[in-house]
Amino acid sequence: MADIVNVKNMYKSFFGVLALDGMNFSIGEGEIRCLIGENGCGKSTLIKIISGFYTFDKGSLYINGKEYKKITPIESMNEGIQVIYQDFSLFPNMTIAENVMMYSSIRSKSQFVNWKNMKNRAQETLDRIKFDIDIDKYVYELNVAEKQMVAICRAIAQDAKLIIMDEPTTALTAKEVENLFKVVSELKSRGVSVLFVSHKLDEVLKISDSFTVMRNGKNVYECKDKKLSKEDLIFYMTGKKISEERFNFIKTDEKPLMQVKNYTLQDKFYDINFSLYKGEILGITGLLGCGRNELAKSLFGIMPATSGNIVINSENIGIIRNVQHALKYNIGYVPEDRITEGLHMEQTIADNSISVIIGSLVGKNGLLDDKKVRKKKQETLSLIPIAGMRPLNPAKSLSGGNQQKLVLAKWLAANPQILVLNSPTVGVDVGAKNEIHNIIKGLAKEGIGIIVISDDIPEIMTLCNRVFIMKDGYIVDERNIAETTMEELEAQIALEDSKAEETA
Amino acid sequence: MEKPSEPKKINFLSLLTKDQDFLRLMTITVAVFVAMSLMRPKLFLTVNNFTSMGYQIAELGFFSLAMMMVMITGGRDLSMVGISNLSGIIAALVLHNAYLKELSGINLWISIAAAFLIAIAVGIACGLFNGLIVSSLGVPPMLVTLGTLNLFTGIGIILTRGEAISKFPAEFLYFGNHTFLSVPIPLWLLIGALILTGVILNKTRYGFELKFIGSNYIASLFAGMRNKKVLMRTYIYSGILSAIIGMEVLSRTDSAKADFGTNYTFQAILCAVLGATNPNGGYAKVSCMALSLVTLQFLSSGFSMLRLGGYFKEFAWGVMLLLALTSNYLIEKRKLKKSLSIYSNKTQKKSLKA
Repeated sequence: MADIVNVKNMYKSFFGVLALDGMNFSIGEGEIRCLIGENGCGKSTLIKIISGFYTFDKGSLYINGKEYKKITPIESMNEGIQVIYQDFSLFPNMTIAENVMMYSSIRSKSQFVNWKNMKNRAQETLDRIKFDIDIDKYVYELNVAEKQMVAICRAIAQDAKLIIMDEPTTALTAKEVENLFKVVSELKSRGVSVLFVSHKLDEVLKISDSFTVMRNGKNVYECKDKKLSKEDLIFYMTGKKISEERFNFIKTDEKPLMQVKNYTLQDKFYDINFSLYKGEILGITGLLGCGRNELAKSLFGIMPATSGNIVINSENIGIIRNVQHALKYNIGYVPEDRITEGLHMEQTIADNSISVIIGSLVGKNGLLDDKKVRKKKQETLSLIPIAGMRPLNPAKSLSGGNQQKLVLAKWLAANPQILVLNSPTVGVDVGAKNEIHNIIKGLAKEGIGIIVISDDIPEIMTLCNRVFIMKDGYIVDERNIAETTMEELEAQIALEDSKAEETA
Repeated sequence: MEKPSEPKKINFLSLLTKDQDFLRLMTITVAVFVAMSLMRPKLFLTVNNFTSMGYQIAELGFFSLAMMMVMITGGRDLSMVGISNLSGIIAALVLHNAYLKELSGINLWISIAAAFLIAIAVGIACGLFNGLIVSSLGVPPMLVTLGTLNLFTGIGIILTRGEAISKFPAEFLYFGNHTFLSVPIPLWLLIGALILTGVILNKTRYGFELKFIGSNYIASLFAGMRNKKVLMRTYIYSGILSAIIGMEVLSRTDSAKADFGTNYTFQAILCAVLGATNPNGGYAKVSCMALSLVTLQFLSSGFSMLRLGGYFKEFAWGVMLLLALTSNYLIEKRKLKKSLSIYSNKTQKKSLKA
């Protein structure tokens, strides 16, 4: 079996940080391979080198037997390598046919578009993977799974020999995942290789022929058969038996800190009821689109609920109308996407640290009190130590994990009594993840009530003492972490999923 | 671990050398000054020239300050000149009336004060209108203010029937054409506005929030900042500055026209960008803006003395804007690279030790 891609002893560094550290990797014809590894292990760097986005520092790259010292995205595409990114990079304002045939129409020498020919060829491509849909539909009308199919068709239309899919299953329901796997098998039978980049171990175990596990820019484990347990994979990924201590909650106050009653946001979530106690870490999980994200935002007043009410310290405050309203009751919120929602990347680290409490730093004369400002900056930045940080550098100079620590710190400055954390460790490397988990547990011990919204089940298991599972906007199950296991919880989420589909 | 601390005492010399933007602009300003002095020593290095530059600089200065503030939000205010002319025209109607009635004494001063208040009220109203549309409808500021520029100018044309209004009380004309402590009064106004803007930008909650909203609107919302209020205030501030300078123009030229000084919009953008304002929002510095203003004034006077025509000026401004934009971009990029490499070197050393 000939190798499509062969990477030998490859090095790549960014600003002095090694992303690839002697990586070896190869994939053959008609192979379904999975590339796994924690965030920041170098997976995406490897993909971007293969697809020609990045150049490499040292090592060799062979594609279809030909050695490349440097490869451009176009050369990579011409060699039959297609990457489908998480956002699919489709054009929503164009039809399916136009999207599928996009590259081919760009590459043809003609200045005019032969619509009839284009549509025919698009239809043929769709037929090849038995994707049944009207090709004149606009892409913005499609759901996530359909968009993914369009992206696959676009890859096939260019005679892809290797399709790389980045986290292809994150946004799909169980049924859609199954459908995707059927298509992948179909591709395999035509001799097309597929490289999955994923961290969803169960699904990956089901479909892949072989695995490559990456850690710290190296290939740490490769296996060509399926006899590998999930525990083994986790061990290879993290390099250690995960021994994070579970969170131990001791109820100190019988009176709930916050009660959410019949909280509803039309079309997003319905009838949410729960109580949060002082010092508790409550988990909320579920598949993408289950309403957890919207619930988190409504608890902070960004997407105000349409009905229901919230009681904080026995005071009925109704619906949280806006962010100012949430701040008044000392609710803090750490957003999911720290780049667009969490930090001001261009501003200094020190200024970011006081951005939430700036209103309280105004002196009697109406101007900012320099002394207070300086003191608060120092205080805030020493709440959570950030290694190697320079307060006057912009926030974008920090690594992902340190940025997240800064977001946490700026909220801690506001002395919250309730903290809503939306995916607190997404895109953070393993070491920093552990640190952030410990910080969160420490905060709970100080008496802050914490709500963690996450689809990372291991995270929920180590952080929380209770967890709610959401599905289609409803809370469908509540579990005590002490009385459940990770497998049970994962099964439960999948079960709720299939149950709902049966009734639908 | 490094202790998070900030420089406690502000040493002027160390500030000068530390602030690279300021240093760079200072070099340019001095270079232009020297070049002009060498080329036309008998014309450039005269008290007369400096006094006349003092009168001229105020107008561009006010517009540039207004543009700078709006630019921090990531927007542009193209309607400044429109606001300025409209406030001038409405004030002119009051003052012309006072002239015709030959008011004197207390009545005259009341009508002059009224004219000022009315002009500023018009500035506030126009700014509020811009701010409302930008903040509540989310229309791109450039389009909104392009629309309102035509609207305000249109109102001005209707009010004046397209002609210039002139003839105002001499007491009013005094402030645009005389000096105080041998510095032109308009320049005093500009110095006041520069200081005020500096204080607002660096010492108030509004200024802090303004920079943050400009660098990331959504994150500011998540941090509980008063986004809409801040946007609104910024356009109102721009409106007030425009109105004040509208009065200055009225006083200096003894006439109000609906289409006065349309070139200022572009020059104000040039001045702000040259003065290290980030056109994408989030960063500006009054000290740098002031230097860039001085540089442009030196150049402008210098070009006239070298007998280079008005068209050449336009061409030169265009080239300078492009140069300023590219160099700012390159400098930003280098800064980021530097801060990243410092950071990664540190962490690497740490991991080596461990």
